[in-house]
Order: sequence, then C-alpha cells, then structure tokens
Amino acid sequence: MNRSAIDLWVGIFVVAGMAGLLFLALKVGNLTSFSTAQTYQVNAKFANIGGLKVRAPVKSAGVVVGRVAEIRFDTESYEAIVSMNIDSAYPFPRDTTAKILTSGILGEQYIGLEAGGDGVMLKNGDRLRLTQSAVVLENLISQFLFNKAAEGKGDKEAPK
Amino acid sequence: MRFADLRARLERVGSKVTSAVLRLGYASRFLGYLVLHSGTALRRFHLTIAEVYFAGVLSLVIIVVSGLFVGMVLGLQGYETLQRYGSSEALGVLVALSLVRELGPVVSGLLFASRAGSAITAEIGLMKATEQLSAMEMMAVDPIARVVAPRFWGGMISMPLLAGLFSAMGIFGGYLVGVQLIGVDAGAFWSQMQAAVDVRTDILNGVIKSVVFGIAVTWIAVFEGYDAPPTAEGVSRATTRTVVTSSLAILALDFVLTALMFTGGNAQ
Repeated sequence: MNRSAIDLWVGIFVVAGMAGLLFLALKVGNLTSFSTAQTYQVNAKFANIGGLKVRAPVKSAGVVVGRVAEIRFDTESYEAIVSMNIDSAYPFPRDTTAKILTSGILGEQYIGLEAGGDGVMLKNGDRLRLTQSAVVLENLISQFLFNKAAEGKGDKEAPK
Repeated sequence: MRFADLRARLERVGSKVTSAVLRLGYASRFLGYLVLHSGTALRRFHLTIAEVYFAGVLSLVIIVVSGLFVGMVLGLQGYETLQRYGSSEALGVLVALSLVRELGPVVSGLLFASRAGSAITAEIGLMKATEQLSAMEMMAVDPIARVVAPRFWGGMISMPLLAGLFSAMGIFGGYLVGVQLIGVDAGAFWSQMQAAVDVRTDILNGVIKSVVFGIAVTWIAVFEGYDAPPTAEGVSRATTRTVVTSSLAILALDFVLTALMFTGGNAQ
C-alpha cells in the first residue's frame, strides 16, 4: 500500500478515535452542563450531613440549580461546612433554607433549597443561616424506641 | 541425597527469580534507550504513521465489533438485574460507568495485545532471525531507532484511540439494546448517564488507563521481539510470551490504577 493511502486510513482512524473520545466527553459525561456556566458560591453549616458527597446536586423545587463544591469540618463549632456552587441564572433570597434530603428511599442525598421572602439576594461567599441536617436512620430509630419506652412507662404508671 | 535434591530445587527457583529480575532490568534499559533514540521516529513521522496503520487501523474491526457486542451484553444483563429493583432507568449509568472506567481500557487493551502486540513481536523477532537488524547495524542504521521506536510510538498513539472507540461503541450498543430493543426511556438513559459520569474522574481516568496499557503492551511487544532467540521456535515462544505477559500486566496495572483513581474516599 502506498504512503498516501496509509495516511488516509490513519487520518480516518484518528478522526474516528477522537470522535469516540469527544462523544464520551460531551454526550456521556457532562462537560457542557454547568462547568462552563457562571456560578456563585454559598456556604451552609449543618450539624450532620449524613451521606452527602462532593458534586451532589443542589435542587430547588426539584430542579438542579447547582452542585456541592466542597465539604469541610469546622473545628470550632464541630459542624460541617458545605460550600455549593449555584448557577448565576438562579438568584436566591438571603433567608433561603437549605435541607439535606434523600431522593427516593435508597437514593443519593442532595441539598434542597427553599426560597424565603427576603428582598436581598444571596451574593458570592454568603452563608445560609437556616439549615436542616440529614436524617440519620440510627437516630430516628433510637428516638422512636425512646418514645415507645416512655409511653410504656406512662401506661404502667397510669393504673396506680 | 534428599538434601542435595532440595538444594538443587531451591537453586532452580533462585536462578529463575534472578533471571526474571535481570530481564526486567534489561527491558527497562531497553525502554530508556528506545525513548532517548526515538528522534528518528518523530522526525520521519511517516514511519510512525505506517505503524499506527498496522497497530490501530487494522485493529479497528475487532475493536468496534467487540465493543458493540460487549455493550449489548451489558445492556441485556444490566437490565435483567436492575429491573428487579425497579430502577431500569439506571441502565445508562451502569453501561457507561462500567465501560468508561473498566471494560473499555481493559478489554481493548487485551484485544490490542493479542491483535497488535503479537504481530509487533513476530515482525521484529523475524527481522532479527533473518538478520535484517544486523544488516541495518552494518549500514550504520540503529535498528532500535529505525524499527523499534516507530512501532512503540505507533502502538502508544493507537491504544487510547482504540479504547475511546471501544467505549463509545459499547455505549451505543447498550443504547441499542436498552432503549431500542427493551424500551427503557431514552431521556432517562442519557440524562442519568450524564449526571453520573464525570469528565475528569471517569473519562479522563479511563483515558489515562488506556495510555498506560498502551505503553505496557507495546513495550512488552517490542522488547520480546528484540530479545527473541533468532530461531523459528524462539520467535513463536516470544509471541506467546508477549500475549501472556501483556495480558497479565494489563490486569495487574488495572488493579493498581483503579486502587489509585477510584478509591480516594471523599476525593471523588
């Protein structure tokens, strides 16, 4: 085979390989969404983040408006500090509530934002004051058992 | 008598270990020399392009077809399991992550080792057996720079492209079976996949894996060919050794790379 035919085939091969990688990056991965969009960062303190992970979605009314950027531990208040990048297209009022929620019963955890009524919007670097921690199953069960035990005691004492 | 027998056996084991370490050292020296003397392969780039043709273009058919079928099988098997838990929409995630992270680089690396690696070893070994390499040395042409280096770089360039094609074809195969044949919702298939697959942690790490496998396979192939005893038997043994060693190397390296890349705890 002469050289130009080989060059042609190798060119086709390289283009096909690049197209495959591009397909993976654009269609399979999410290179286009969010990483190019303008974002602003807000922080929130949680007593317990449960299984929240970096890059977990931040949703409001079920719509993904941002992603968790960083999770740190504050050694002064012994709380978790979660930084999230929110798309600049979605401004939120300053008294927005952040909750850690779970999608489905066994689904991944995400942050749900509920907008408040304040007229002042959140800026880059602001902190959300109102937060609600993740529901930890063990705490829930122990609370339930505690309540049951307390009830049982009450019933026994009542007839006396 | 028993003692002497045991001693002889121990000595055999010892000599095997020593010769293996010796060979590894020689192979490393060979790789260093090869990289340092690859100026010719890069300056006369058509030499490397011809090797990309032999290693890459001629492997296209097997890579594309097996990628398609692996993806289709993943689609079928994944659906069978996922629908038991009522989460058949996660099929896209399953197919894409398993292909991009593991199966793409590993299976295309194994196919590349048996399709292209063995051919490289046989070619170089035969050139050595027919004294073409010695003839080059007589003409003051460095056979490593002229013959070995272009094959090394050609294989190294081809491997990530082949792995990318394999993953892309596999995802397409999973889409064909999952969406077109079984009837999983196409929107959920793609959007859940896009939400779960990260460009840096998943796709880039997969590409890095395939580059590492490409280096390992072509290194083993050119070394075995260059080191082969110049006989018919020697060349055939070297070819077999290339396939066995590079397959084992791919699987071992894959474990190490996976442990490094995907088990970083919160670092994902």
